[in-house]
Amino acid sequence: MSLKIEEIKSLIKEAMPDAKITIQDLAGDENHYSATIKSKAFVGKSKIEQHKLVYRALKGKMGNELHALALNTMEI
Amino acid sequence: MNENIKQKINNIVSENEVCLFMKGTPEVPQCGFSLAVSNVLKHLKVNFKGINVLEDSEIRESIKEYSDWPTIPQLYIKGKFVGGCDIVKEMFEKGEIQNMLKEQKIKYKDSK
Repeated sequence: MSLKIEEIKSLIKEAMPDAKITIQDLAGDENHYSATIKSKAFVGKSKIEQHKLVYRALKGKMGNELHALALNTMEI
Repeated sequence: MNENIKQKINNIVSENEVCLFMKGTPEVPQCGFSLAVSNVLKHLKVNFKGINVLEDSEIRESIKEYSDWPTIPQLYIKGKFVGGCDIVKEMFEKGEIQNMLKEQKIKYKDSK
């Protein structure tokens, strides 16, 4: 079970078209990533809500196909 | 999620001021993310209850629905979901966890 960087990016883009996304494959195993995401969608939201937006964009893959995605979300 | 398990989680988070649903135990964490959150709490010398979800598959699945959060670890303070590893680390670096503990009158020690 793994998810490629491009797949993660396109899922996030689909939900947040303005998102600026940087993703690193931390272990080189397509399973442990770190992502920095900047979007207007995060404005006025708590960190929990911001991360939930990203998890929702990943449509249930987080915690399943995608084992680990460290998140750093920022408002634009 | 059935009512029994929901009640069980309600009881855990209300009976323990600070509790961490994690993989492994605070003594022997089984996952780097659980280790990181556990270390933040240990660093702050906070008395917390660790719940090893690897020993309870029912809790492991239901806690995600309970908090609407797909990953473990999950930290709760006074019954409220605080966040997972990234959020807890960021809050610690900004001193926000410390403020939250202070507001909730929970003992901790900041050695910074």
